[in-house]
Amino acid sequence: MSDIKIRAKASGDATTVKCLMSHAMETGLRKDSKTGEKIPAHFIQEVVCKHKDQVVMTASWSGGVSKNPYLSFKFKGGAAGDPIEISWTDNKGESASASAEIS
Amino acid sequence: MIDAKRRTLLKGSLAAGSVGAAIGAGLLTPQLALAEWNEAAFTAKDIPTAMNDLLGGESAETSDKIKIKAPDIAENGAVVPVTVETDMEGVTSIAIIASKNQTPLIAAFELSESALPFVSTRIKMAETADVVAVVKSGDQLYQNAKSVKVTIGGCGG
Repeated sequence: MSDIKIRAKASGDATTVKCLMSHAMETGLRKDSKTGEKIPAHFIQEVVCKHKDQVVMTASWSGGVSKNPYLSFKFKGGAAGDPIEISWTDNKGESASASAEIS
Repeated sequence: MIDAKRRTLLKGSLAAGSVGAAIGAGLLTPQLALAEWNEAAFTAKDIPTAMNDLLGGESAETSDKIKIKAPDIAENGAVVPVTVETDMEGVTSIAIIASKNQTPLIAAFELSESALPFVSTRIKMAETADVVAVVKSGDQLYQNAKSVKVTIGGCGG
């Protein structure tokens, strides 16, 4: 559930971060094909991306982001070895975070 | 006398019990931690409402400085890769909207000063529609759209 894979690469003065989170991302609109009952909504609402403890980007999502979300962003600065931390919180209050070093 | 004491004791334990329950409820509801999540915007059924709730403006100037990279034809609406990039200065937020989804607003990205105006993610699309990107630069809103043909919808039902 709480698996986040992060790849961060610095080139020139920009750093590109790519990450994959594992999450069901249920919209709450989908129905169970066997029982016909709606599958309750369960999706990531907020993703916070930090570089050296400074927030670089905050993403707010609805259930419209695909299952096992992929996210990529870029920022100025950042050098090899700097820590990148990404954490998410979903609509059930569950959360996860992971960190990686810029390569 | 004994009776009165018992009552106080009962009252006391009841009060403690309800406080405990309140704290428990507070911990269970994710409201506090998610104060920033804009529920009104993300549950809005149409784009103007969503944009107004999220960015404080219903309309945005169309700008071809916003580049949206998305497939012309998406075979699977459950996974549509979308990249939004612009060369504008001072971009503070980027929103991604799938115009025909039940709740069109999909994602909103708040960018700090160091972040470059670039985001890439994968979204679900219910049917063939425009993917709209709204960029806030200074106090101005800009938007651009790209049509994506969806052959299998990704929002279930």
